[in-house]
Amino acid sequence: MKQIYLDHAATTPVDKEVFMAMRPYFDQDYGNPSEPHWWGQEARKAIDEAREKVANFLGAKTQEIIFTSCATESINLAHKGLIEAIRETQDAKRKSSAPHIITSSVEHKAVLETCRHLEKMGMAQVTYLPVDKDGLVKVEDVEKSIKPETVLVSIMYVNNEVGTIEPIREIGETISQINKLRMENGELKIYFHTDATQAIQYLDCQVAKLGVDLLSLSGHKFYAPKGVGALYFKKGTPMVRQQDGGGQEYRLRAGTENVPYIVGLGKAIEGVRSQGSGVRGQVEKLKDKLIKGILKIPKVKLVGDSKKNAPHIATFLVDGVEGEAMLLLLSEKGIAASSGSACTSGLLEPSHVLTAMGYRPEQAHGSLRFSLGQGTNDEEIDCVIKVLPEIIQRLRKMAPKL
Amino acid sequence: MSFSQLYSEKVLEHVRNPQNMGEIKNPDGVATVGNPVCGDIMRLYIKVEKKDGKEYIKDTKFQTLGCGAAISTSSMITTMIKGKPLKEAEKITNRVIAEALGGLPLSKMHCSILAADALKKAIQNYRQSHKR
Repeated sequence: MKQIYLDHAATTPVDKEVFMAMRPYFDQDYGNPSEPHWWGQEARKAIDEAREKVANFLGAKTQEIIFTSCATESINLAHKGLIEAIRETQDAKRKSSAPHIITSSVEHKAVLETCRHLEKMGMAQVTYLPVDKDGLVKVEDVEKSIKPETVLVSIMYVNNEVGTIEPIREIGETISQINKLRMENGELKIYFHTDATQAIQYLDCQVAKLGVDLLSLSGHKFYAPKGVGALYFKKGTPMVRQQDGGGQEYRLRAGTENVPYIVGLGKAIEGVRSQGSGVRGQVEKLKDKLIKGILKIPKVKLVGDSKKNAPHIATFLVDGVEGEAMLLLLSEKGIAASSGSACTSGLLEPSHVLTAMGYRPEQAHGSLRFSLGQGTNDEEIDCVIKVLPEIIQRLRKMAPKL
Repeated sequence: MSFSQLYSEKVLEHVRNPQNMGEIKNPDGVATVGNPVCGDIMRLYIKVEKKDGKEYIKDTKFQTLGCGAAISTSSMITTMIKGKPLKEAEKITNRVIAEALGGLPLSKMHCSILAADALKKAIQNYRQSHKR
């Protein structure tokens, strides 16, 4: 049976060229980059080159890139590290109220749980902004929520469950206007973080254009391996490291560098840069075809505005069917997709993203996400369009009339 | 390519070919149970026959909206109770259903409660509507 992988938002395969670039750093150039000998310096050079590639991609300086183990770690460091650093300066000034963070209710758990942790520890107060029916955060809501204590705004670039592209540039502009006033008054600036994990492959991630101070990313969403990520932090952003130890990564992330994986991340991000918008167009065309085909099934709805969404994600709500059952029967046909159903979450809660968008839990239980990749082809989409109606029909026949 | 890492082959068999799926017109007992947390809803129908003063489940059918575990436990329980004396069928617990399926993942055990619950309530419904 042909296998059709349409879960690229969960993870991508490692690209062959990326894998080849990584290989020598396992058993040939295996030195510890902190050592002065030849082996160490070869590894150091490789990390430097990878850092330069990431910096080039983001339009940043090399000193502004820290390698981590994944986007979750980058996010933890960005939020906790910034809040800790700001609290240190606040304590010095004997200010008592906790710093304020603004984020959205549709962020990845990495952001939401980090914010909840900071709240629980009494280290920060957090506002979780609502979204509209398409999953969009309103720029006015960000603006209205800003208080004198606000030090961090954290909004994702592309939503991983439904593909909504958040108005990062607009939020960045708004914050920069407010910061101008704050600077004049000698007040603390507001820092802006974006989780760009789902955006790297297809969207412009130049940090200056976005107006962000902090940006998190993960390698395995764009054909680098799992276990490596990066954090961009604009020069001058206060930061206390969260992993203590040696002086690696500009003293902001201790621990011997994961050299081969860092090399892989560099190679992959260079690949994204060189492929330009060609792949984006091709993926978007296939996604449109998939949407057109699937929407022919009665009582199936597309989540969000597909014209404005990221090119690789299409999420549907299927009435009267449970998501995991669909995944199971799709899997039997060799097709891999994903769902926001409670039964797939392990937490027994329906997707927090869909419920924040105003969908009822029973609608969220019937959600089905397809996420395309650079290898997705016409034939695969045809197959899904052919197979899915039968699966939905079968499951609907099984369900009680309510 | 299947969910064979998550579910036993027995579970998958029941999802592929559910047994006794559908509706019984004029059932002797029926119950609809649901677990709103998981989003599963199950309806179980039973037809009861008296033979030599004993009550037997002559026929049973199920309808389920739910995940693989919910579908398979629904299907499994119908095969376990069909033709059985009511008194014996009554004793079936969710553990017994899960065992008959070759086990369920820990996170899915609550789905087996759904089927056991539906049976209990369908029998209750039969007894209430057939009081002498």
